[in-house]
Amino acid sequence: MDFELNEQQQAVFDMAVGFGQDAIAPHAASWEEEGTIPRAFLVQAGELGLAGMVVDPEAGGSGLTRLEASLAIEGLAMACPSVSAFISIHNMVAWMIDRFGDQALKDRYLADLCSFQKVASYCLTEPGSGSDAAAMKTRADVTNEGFALSGSKSFISGGGYSDLYVVMARDGEVLASNADTPAAKAVSAFLMDDGSDGLSFGAPEKKMGWRAQPTAQVQMDGVKIAKGQRLGEAGRGFVYAMMGLDGGRINIAAAALGAAQTALNKAVEYAGERRAFGQSLDQFQSVQFKLADMETQLQASRIFLRQAAWKLDQRASDATAHCAMVKRFVTDSAFEVANQALQIHGGYGYLEDYGLEKIVRDLRVHQILEGTNEIMRLIVARHLLDRG
Amino acid sequence: MKALVCVKRVIDYNVKVRVKSDETGVELNNVKMAMNPFDEIAVEQAIRMKEAGAVSEIVVVSIGPKQAQETIRTGLAMGADRGIHVEHDGELEPLAIAKMLKALVEKEEPGIVFCGKQAIDGDNNQTPQMLSALLGWPQGTFASGVELNDAGALITREVDGGLEDIQINMPAVLSVDLRLNEPRYASLPNIMKAKKKPIDGTTPADLGVDPAPRLTTLKVTEPPARAAGVKVASVAELVAKLRDEAKVI
Ligand SMILES: Cc1cc2nc3c(=O)[nH]c(=O)nc-3n(C[C@H](O)[C@H](O)[C@H](O)COP(=O)(O)OP(=O)(O)OC[C@H]3O[C@@H](n4cnc5c(N)ncnc54)[C@H](O)[C@@H]3O)c2cc1C
Ligand SMILES: Cc1cc2nc3c(=O)[nH]c(=O)nc-3n(C[C@H](O)[C@H](O)[C@H](O)COP(=O)(O)OP(=O)(O)OC[C@H]3O[C@@H](n4cnc5c(N)ncnc54)[C@H](O)[C@@H]3O)c2cc1C
Repeated sequence: MDFELNEQQQAVFDMAVGFGQDAIAPHAASWEEEGTIPRAFLVQAGELGLAGMVVDPEAGGSGLTRLEASLAIEGLAMACPSVSAFISIHNMVAWMIDRFGDQALKDRYLADLCSFQKVASYCLTEPGSGSDAAAMKTRADVTNEGFALSGSKSFISGGGYSDLYVVMARDGEVLASNADTPAAKAVSAFLMDDGSDGLSFGAPEKKMGWRAQPTAQVQMDGVKIAKGQRLGEAGRGFVYAMMGLDGGRINIAAAALGAAQTALNKAVEYAGERRAFGQSLDQFQSVQFKLADMETQLQASRIFLRQAAWKLDQRASDATAHCAMVKRFVTDSAFEVANQALQIHGGYGYLEDYGLEKIVRDLRVHQILEGTNEIMRLIVARHLLDRG
Repeated sequence: MKALVCVKRVIDYNVKVRVKSDETGVELNNVKMAMNPFDEIAVEQAIRMKEAGAVSEIVVVSIGPKQAQETIRTGLAMGADRGIHVEHDGELEPLAIAKMLKALVEKEEPGIVFCGKQAIDGDNNQTPQMLSALLGWPQGTFASGVELNDAGALITREVDGGLEDIQINMPAVLSVDLRLNEPRYASLPNIMKAKKKPIDGTTPADLGVDPAPRLTTLKVTEPPARAAGVKVASVAELVAKLRDEAKVI
């Protein structure tokens, strides 16, 4: 068993770290203040192949494995987890279209998505249903031309900013053939373009973290969707959405890991410089032990994360459970490490200039979205107990 | 025109270099290695000239241990076409490297050879000059500007006093300086493609060169720790110290 990154994996990681430090880090604070990520930056990221990482090269993607893509997200997040996670969500949608879309949809969207000429959002959560996503109310009524989408999606990353929205909704066609279809099996995924009639957005949410990326409610009032804009098979939308999240969770964990590593690096450096009681902080055993625990948490996270990504690449039967375990374990560990790194900075950790409080604020939501960490336990327990 | 670009695997510039405890050299075990930064600039220059249509093929060459292939791969991911790896473990001196490069130039017949102005490990700044002398080709060292023209190439050189323009005939050996360009990041698709690009292997013996060092390293030690500074009370005291203690004036 070889735990080293191979040459190519190392090259992917190094590129993402370098590009992140050059193109994101100097702007992370101002993008957060402005509440938006400049399109020009995304196009630059697209030129480096960061917008369609796991999409087939034939369709304009980079053809990376999940493991390699997670390395890129980890590397970018060392500069800013919010920007890195935004890129991850876009990649998730691009993958869904590549994996489940027919040729017409791929031709229509993938080239633009893979170059970041177009930005995509993922719309599952609703005001009344988050963890219990299958209880969604948004519906796609059958019309002569195709469908009409009605309902609201909440907390949508990129809401009002993106060009394309993949919307999970109850499919009228499925329900017409069997009104008693179980909720999850009545859902299809639809591709909705920005600018459609009947599409509107809520005000940008004011958030604790992830402020660089806009989050808003997506409101649909009879938005017309052509028949061909339904992604893949009718009634499979929920499955597609969950499959998207397997990879998404790996990346949400990877982004948390990269940011927590930056926090630890800062803490080590600070503990060597800051003096109290006649010596540098890193001479106190209690600080040393804290640093040792942080390092151990991140090393354990890294190896666990990469194993889960590898399982997803292998399409292992326990991949979903591993993605859930990793999402829970890594995002909890990363938050704890970031919080301790802030603590080691004393009062300075609480100030914006030192960059720690932003990491703590940003990483908090990694424990909540793409399935809360409680829901991750639910998935793991189900997997464990189902074995019988 | 074919371009040959010479790249060296060195300790990453971010790494704090440590001397081995037995004082035979610097610690390379478990140390992050990377392409010499000046060589990245050389690769970038060749790629830009290829994009501009002035260069038709880019061959990257590295001489060193097996892992030097990773450095070649980095060049291929940036956009070079193929690689040549001269495998050799152990110490190499600039003259032996220049002789091997000469043999490769005779075989490959490039119209231009790019090197970094120096490698950040040994900081020798000798190989390109030696190569140019062995080939009998013109050299343009410390280049911060390269412009091909009908008569050959106009090279802007970074010299102590500022910039110097020289017109040289081609083919030539160029050594590139920091301000020539800003190397690009390899894109993900290009990183993926790089593993499929060919790297030919050869050895010093195949090239007819004896790589044995001519110098003996007695010992490698850390530089002395910097002593604490002193504050001076007056200009007169400063001048006195510079003259009598530092002996610089
Ligand atoms: C900044 C941000 C960006 C987001 N981006 C997107 C996006 O782009 N697209 C998208 O679709 N969604 C997005 N979300 C939504 C996110 O996925 C949901 O917030 C999340 O799934 C939780 O849903 P909820 O907020 O409705 O909480 P609830 O589901 O109401 O949960 C509240 C609490 O109850 C717990 N709970 C619920 N059910 C159980 C149970 N069975 N057992 C034990 N505990 C339970 C939860 O763990 C949680 O602690 C985003 C959210 C945020 C904050
Ligand atoms: C919002 C805010 C408001 C404030 N308001 C006031 C105010 O009104 N008046 C005022 O006087 N001060 C105020 N402070 C300062 C605050 O009291 C200090 O920040 C706090 O005492 C910590 O000191 P420090 O920041 O210098 O951290 P440091 O003393 O440098 O400590 C850094 C880290 O090292 C640890 N550490 C230090 N010594 C040891 C040791 N011997 N063993 C183990 N660990 C150790 C600390 O626990 C901490 O984790 C404020 C701070 C903030 C952030």
